[in-house]
Amino acid sequence: MENNLSISIKNLALSFGALDVLKDLNLDVGRGEFLVLLGSSGCGKSTLLNCIAGLLDVSDGQIFIGGRNVTWEEPSQRGIGMVFQSYALYPQMTVAGNLSFGLKNAGLPKAEIEERVNRAAKILQIEPLLKRKPAALSGGQRQRAAIGRALVRDADVFLFDEPLSNLDAKLRADLRVEIKQLHQKLSNTMIYVTHDQIEAMTLADRIAIMRGGQILQLATPNEIYNRPANKYVAEFIGSPTMNFFDGEIIAGDGLRFSSGDQAFPLEGYSFQDATPVQGPAWFGIRPEHMSTGQEAETSKIRLDGRIELVEPLGSDTLARVSADGRSLWVRMDGQASVRDGDSIAIGFDPERANLFDKTSENRL
Amino acid sequence: MGNVTRTAAEIQLASARPEMTGPRGRKPRKALSRRNIMIYGTLIIVSLYYLLPLYVMIVTSLKGMPEIRLGNIFSPPVEITFQPWVKAWAEACTGLNCDGLSRGFFNSVRILIPSVLLSIAIASVNGYALANWRFKGSETFFTILIVGAFIPYQVMIYPIVIMLREIGLYGSLTGLVIVHTIFGMPILTLLFRNYFASVPQELFKAARVDGAGFWGIYFRIMVPMSLPIFVVAMILQVTGIWNDFLFGVIYTKPDLYPMTVQLNNIVNSTQGVKEYNVNMAATILTGLVPLTIYFISGKLFVRGIAAGAVKG
Repeated sequence: MENNLSISIKNLALSFGALDVLKDLNLDVGRGEFLVLLGSSGCGKSTLLNCIAGLLDVSDGQIFIGGRNVTWEEPSQRGIGMVFQSYALYPQMTVAGNLSFGLKNAGLPKAEIEERVNRAAKILQIEPLLKRKPAALSGGQRQRAAIGRALVRDADVFLFDEPLSNLDAKLRADLRVEIKQLHQKLSNTMIYVTHDQIEAMTLADRIAIMRGGQILQLATPNEIYNRPANKYVAEFIGSPTMNFFDGEIIAGDGLRFSSGDQAFPLEGYSFQDATPVQGPAWFGIRPEHMSTGQEAETSKIRLDGRIELVEPLGSDTLARVSADGRSLWVRMDGQASVRDGDSIAIGFDPERANLFDKTSENRL
Repeated sequence: MGNVTRTAAEIQLASARPEMTGPRGRKPRKALSRRNIMIYGTLIIVSLYYLLPLYVMIVTSLKGMPEIRLGNIFSPPVEITFQPWVKAWAEACTGLNCDGLSRGFFNSVRILIPSVLLSIAIASVNGYALANWRFKGSETFFTILIVGAFIPYQVMIYPIVIMLREIGLYGSLTGLVIVHTIFGMPILTLLFRNYFASVPQELFKAARVDGAGFWGIYFRIMVPMSLPIFVVAMILQVTGIWNDFLFGVIYTKPDLYPMTVQLNNIVNSTQGVKEYNVNMAATILTGLVPLTIYFISGKLFVRGIAAGAVKG
């Protein structure tokens, strides 16, 4: 068994009757790694987390935690702590009672329980709340208490099931930072389920993007963003979503991508395999990788368009530009003064582009 | 705090503005509107309808027989006497026994307490298992149990007589307790299952991660959260079992008859004059237990019903 692996999932499958929720899934998580499972609802990410926790019985495959086969073990035997979306605090117990419940079940001596509860409360800064019941706490305090309950278990692995989804935007951003700091301080392995790509990008060492019970891509946030493995991942990450051109890669006078009456040069694009491919394909470019005005003049690819819609966000301005009968999202500077109906020149670089095969939708 | 004071100041500022005319603030409502008259009128009539018989019973039970013979059933007693109550409780005759309702009362208590405790204990564990520990065939089991609620009692009376006779419990209080427990099972299990199913699943999962088992989660997590539904179940069972007549008559023998059966025997005894005052007192005495339960736990009862006990 490799020593630096914290969690190892081998050929995991789960089906409810005829419905396959997870299919032949393999995943290795390194010790101390922060892995985010990201996907839209129904992709099996929470199911996978519940399987790791032992809250669902798997149909096939094996789960190793810390080198130990825990496939048939009870959740409490697996050395995990778990945080839930709805906090799941026991309403009739105080925060201290909530934190110590698992330790009492494990039969720990009283002095140690108290020591661990106090330590966790100190880390999370919930010491003044220990005597309160969950009903008397705010959403953020409740989630802190819930994290505390996972913390006192001294588990090697923390599982988070959309812990911030019930909080308002500001608290979510605050707690996100806290979770990240917590990870830096504790250096436990953490697996975090979310459908929020900002949480995923900011927290993760690696992101696993899931769809239909399978992992589509498992990579660092940087790679997921810059080199998405397929069209689904490319569309899923980034907001507004990536712009796509439907066309064909053709050779002759250098490699080109032809779409309608346009032909974009492709020099500078690094293909997945060293040998460039030809044939029908998608050409994708992110709104933030498009430039406008002066900068556009110097870009390798240039388009002229007309602004259809402007969404000023303060920090940036999003504009929907119609060019060649296509609608493209462009991210501009927040101070850009543009209006509907303005003509605009947009430009981009093939280095920043993403090419996907037309049929398999995999990266070229 | 700073925010609050500033807002208050703003409101004052606003009220100082001279140009605010026309409707403003809370809309005035008439106390004697058509709607209020309808609502309160209906409520008063319905209350009278239900309270009048109770009034007649109390008034009659406090009169002597000569006064009752005058026939003014609505008039308050001229001379208040508690003799009928004493007689109903301790002296009224049924058959050979002349110790009033007291014997029936204590029989009923001896039936009630074990039946209520046993049926609620079993049904709550049933409901908890069905809601949270889905096992193979749990849905089938639940369906069978619910169908049981719809089978008429009459169908089951004789088979149960035979079964109790075979195990030697026919005519004993234990036998009657078992019968009450069994007949309470379908509706109580449904009640508890629905309540526990409305408890967030994540709470249950968290308890499992915390290492609590079947009984640990039941006693430490579920039961403390479920006081309202236990109260609802208790009220249902106390009133149901206390008011039961049929099973009491069939499965016990005369010296173990519950209060309701004895009440019937007192009221329907045909010897001598009909003592209306004693009958009224006896009836109120018999109804006092469910009534007390309602008064004590009314608020909790409503909360339990509202907490999703009766839905689904």
